Amino acid sequence: MSLDESSRRIFKIVGTRPVRPDGVDKVTGRALYGADMTAPGMLVGHILRSPHAHARIRSIDTAAAMAVDGVKAIVTAADFAAADDPDLQDILDNCMARGKALYDGHAIAAVAATTDKAARLALKLIAVDYDVLPHVTDVDDAMQPDAPVVQSGRAEENVPPGLSENVTTYVAFGHGDLEAGFARADKVIERQFRTAATHQGYIEPHACLATMGPDGKADLWCCTQGQYMVRNTCAALLGMDSSQLRVTASEIGGGFGGKTTVFIEPVALMLSKKSGRPVKIVMSRSEVFRATGPTISSSSDIKIGMTADGRITAGLARLRYQGGAFPCGTVSFGAQSAFAAYDLDAVATEGWSVMTNRPKEAAYRAPGAPMAIYAVESVVDELCQHFGLDPLDVRLKNAARKGTRSSYGPTFNEIGLMATLNAAKEHAHYSAPLGPNQGRGLSCGFWFNFGGDTCVSLNINADGTVGVTEGNPDIGGSRASIGMMAAEELGIPLDKVRTTVTDTNSLGYNDVTDGSRVTFAVGLATIKAARAAIDEMCRRAALIWGIDEDAVVWEDGAARPSGPNAGDFDPLSLADIAARSSETGGPIAGHHEVNADGAGVSFGVHLVDVEVDPELGSVKVLRYSIFQDAGKAVHPSYVEGQMQGGAVQGIGWALNEEYIYGDDGRLQNPGFLDYRVPVASDLPMIEPVILEIPNPGHPYGVRGVGETPIVPPLAAIANAVSRAAGVRLTELPMSPPRVLKAIKATSA
Amino acid sequence: MSRIHVNTSVNGDALDFLCEPNETLLDALRNRLGLTGAKEGCGTGDCGACSVTLDGSLVCACLVLAAETEGREVGTVEGLADGDHLHPLQEKFLEHAALQCGVCTPGILVAAKALLDRNPDPDETEVRYWLAGNLCRCTGYDKIIRAVLDTAADLREA
Amino acid sequence: MRFESPTTVQDAVGLLAAETGLSRLLAGGTDVLVQLRSGFVEPDLVVDIKRIAGMRDVVPEGGGYRIGAAVSGAELGAHDGVRGLWPGVVEALELIGSTQIQGRATLAGNLCNGSPAADSVPAMFAADARVTVAGPGGERTVPVMSIPVGPGKTSLARSEFITAIHLPARPDRSSDAYLRFIPRTEMDIAVASAGVSLELEPDGTCRAARVALGAVAPTVVLVEDAAAALVGTRLEEGDLKTLAEACSAACNPIDDKRGTIEFRRDVAAVLARRAALIAYERAGGTQ
Repeated sequence: MSLDESSRRIFKIVGTRPVRPDGVDKVTGRALYGADMTAPGMLVGHILRSPHAHARIRSIDTAAAMAVDGVKAIVTAADFAAADDPDLQDILDNCMARGKALYDGHAIAAVAATTDKAARLALKLIAVDYDVLPHVTDVDDAMQPDAPVVQSGRAEENVPPGLSENVTTYVAFGHGDLEAGFARADKVIERQFRTAATHQGYIEPHACLATMGPDGKADLWCCTQGQYMVRNTCAALLGMDSSQLRVTASEIGGGFGGKTTVFIEPVALMLSKKSGRPVKIVMSRSEVFRATGPTISSSSDIKIGMTADGRITAGLARLRYQGGAFPCGTVSFGAQSAFAAYDLDAVATEGWSVMTNRPKEAAYRAPGAPMAIYAVESVVDELCQHFGLDPLDVRLKNAARKGTRSSYGPTFNEIGLMATLNAAKEHAHYSAPLGPNQGRGLSCGFWFNFGGDTCVSLNINADGTVGVTEGNPDIGGSRASIGMMAAEELGIPLDKVRTTVTDTNSLGYNDVTDGSRVTFAVGLATIKAARAAIDEMCRRAALIWGIDEDAVVWEDGAARPSGPNAGDFDPLSLADIAARSSETGGPIAGHHEVNADGAGVSFGVHLVDVEVDPELGSVKVLRYSIFQDAGKAVHPSYVEGQMQGGAVQGIGWALNEEYIYGDDGRLQNPGFLDYRVPVASDLPMIEPVILEIPNPGHPYGVRGVGETPIVPPLAAIANAVSRAAGVRLTELPMSPPRVLKAIKATSA
Repeated sequence: MSRIHVNTSVNGDALDFLCEPNETLLDALRNRLGLTGAKEGCGTGDCGACSVTLDGSLVCACLVLAAETEGREVGTVEGLADGDHLHPLQEKFLEHAALQCGVCTPGILVAAKALLDRNPDPDETEVRYWLAGNLCRCTGYDKIIRAVLDTAADLREA
Repeated sequence: MRFESPTTVQDAVGLLAAETGLSRLLAGGTDVLVQLRSGFVEPDLVVDIKRIAGMRDVVPEGGGYRIGAAVSGAELGAHDGVRGLWPGVVEALELIGSTQIQGRATLAGNLCNGSPAADSVPAMFAADARVTVAGPGGERTVPVMSIPVGPGKTSLARSEFITAIHLPARPDRSSDAYLRFIPRTEMDIAVASAGVSLELEPDGTCRAARVALGAVAPTVVLVEDAAAALVGTRLEEGDLKTLAEACSAACNPIDDKRGTIEFRRDVAAVLARRAALIAYERAGGTQ
């Protein structure tokens, strides 16, 4: 569905900033999140986790635990049948270790009991006989031929020989003559970079409440980015028909990609099945860090050539990503996005995906892109420094634009990179003076965006109000933007629309809330559903007027005769038609089901000033500005919120966040004390500048905005710190000990 | 281990409940009193999602034993609004879009109210440091800080 | 686990003495509750001392102050008298955790938790504070410095507890300061820290000094060489360099998730130097 020809239409509701419809629930404490639900007779579920990074499980003896007063069920991997599909099997093996514990925190068994105390006591009484195996947690170590093997037989056929079996995937993208390109350069810089694994860091731990009866029907309440994904996955793992499992998504306390898979949900269902009682499992924060998806950690080599006047002649990126104890496809996104911001004659990217004894990688906001683009943008900045060139001018000179053959293959359509670069250049921030020990950095960012399977149902009520039913959890204001698009299309006030996020039995399949897809794809389906309802309302008006339905048009929220020839009738508003719906054929509704394409890629540019304390190695972020092509911003406040929130996650990644493993392979910082997400006092205001270049693939020009903002901060901060400290930093996070060490090394 | 009978006041209502000796105030509020506005984000006092007031002092409910609240006054997010009139902070958070997922919001509102009760004219830095114990992973804090400053300005004029 | 909230010191001591299992004192609870929650400790008895008379009082005492063991950071921070006399001790306590933690955290609890990274302890070492310890044999008053003996370990006997912290009187032209390094601006445990207390002659020469470092050894350390580097000086550049060198030399840190040995050595010296200058300025010294 493409951009309306009337794309220059004047919007009445889209583009305004109304109060979100779920807002009052969320400021009064009334909104119900994953852990807030209870059921009569509910049991408490807890999970026993491996203390070892890698160990064969010789046996699990649950007899003593089962004998604890109040214990009603215990589940291990033995309770689940093998899955047909390898991806499903990996998800299952991650939920409950089968044969081997693959990382510190890997689930071994689960208990359901009448009290928290009984469940905890039972966990202590489960006797697991482990044969501890050598482990590996570092990506480069895990690639060595003699590395401990996490899983055998998982490598794809095209993986080059000579590497450990831990290397499961090899990808390559690019075009042009690299050698000739580097030969044309006046300077070639080659650098190695490393980035730590980071966690999505949502404030709400995973939680669910499962109820399964002896008739095999089940209900599941959980915090997830996709109730349909949970339904399909859990039904398959429990051998159920998907119609018999109804999943309701609670309000969700953050996800950022980390809630696009299951961890505790199949376990709670199995505990409920075995006990015949509702079972609630709520993860502790430590479990969240140890056992749910961090992003990948990476090691990469980047080589870029540039002419003295700033034209990039060739670029090469070799990316090595570890995604935990299972095969992981994220490196492909990194390899595709590394040079996406550039219009290049010669470019090549290669990626290797590696298994380690770490938790299974889960998606995290633009998965795979931030670390690849960080490395590329760092080298581009160093080349700018080498030639004394303005880094924005160099980006403008080389920027991808409409017609550019992208580094990953497709040719770009309408994209906003040039516009964002120009906006950054014109902004007062770019020319503001800097003080001592201060530096300014910038970086481009890119994300693909996604559409996907989407269903929306829209009911016209007899009193002239409208109910919109959609199937994607509202993770940051999407009820507002969906309701706004429905009201806009129908031509009625926003307060006449109520948007509901429904359970899995009330709509067809919806892909998870990911890929920056909801405002784009659900919005598109909502507009289409509204148009279907409008067609029906026009038909009803024609019936009432006794004219041909082709002679009725919909304008400003009312059916009108299409012209003088159609007849002279007063307009019939939505409310008028709704009131007479019963006598004209019954209730009126519109619905739309689609696999939405045309999401349209997204670019952004971030600009940051930092100050480095040369005696302490600490970094203070002084000023931060974001320039992003958002397509049409439906609710600009929430678009800004995505930009600000993504940027701050990126700031955390750049400066302090990291998974720290000890020599024993155990995670050393599974809590918010030492996994250091940014706090309010770490930050300045984050200035968002929205550029609205309409997406040709959406009737209102909407483009996904959620993921791109986490991409540029890594390099923007690294470039700013490197300029402020006078030394190039090539490893994230740029924690104070690392920065101080680099400074001392240059001054020594 | 016998349960303890606790008489306390929550949002001005006299209440009593039985709790385990090692039960936190957070668990008592959520599981015994049905007040699920305070959230558990960490259980170690590092995220502030369970912020409540105890005799007017801002605390993490996960770091208070329920039994300690005998004879004391507890304030939670459920007590911020006056009937169907939202507290000005609640209004401003909605107006400024100062929440995305909303799970940190109850704690931040309780903490922000404690600040404004004590300092009607905080500057940006004071707000940022006061709220440093309330993690928000969605917003980058910008709109939260603006909402608090804007509320303070309005309350000063009122 | 039993929970008790006695109203007298004697009752509290009696409860502790009678308990054969593991017991824990509860003042602010900011460490104890975390340990309980994680299952790190499973005490048989928790004694809440907040209902004992005097535990939440700050009382002037011989020109200094007696601070009850349950006085929170927020309460101490609001006490102008203590803040004026010992600003470094107050700022050290106030640096612990968030506003929420400040509503509960106490000097006594921070001391008894036994962490070498405890923020208020270097400041109390520098202040040469004393504590009253109650036990079966009655009360005794001892230097703060005698309490920590190793990470997580104190010199207190099992039925003893601290009832008060005593900050001494001090002459005019004296003051103190505390600085710590953390990766963020809030919410972290100190990676290295320094407390400095100074007394100046009328001409601005340093008459007496105490310098203590945190998070660089198994316990907080008092660095006498560092203090000696300041006495008799006006904290000129060379004197501060000597101070910094003495501080680095006194460090015996570890590599861990919060920082490296090298980083802690470097940063402790920088902080001591910066804290000394702040204390000097507060004491009325001008260079």
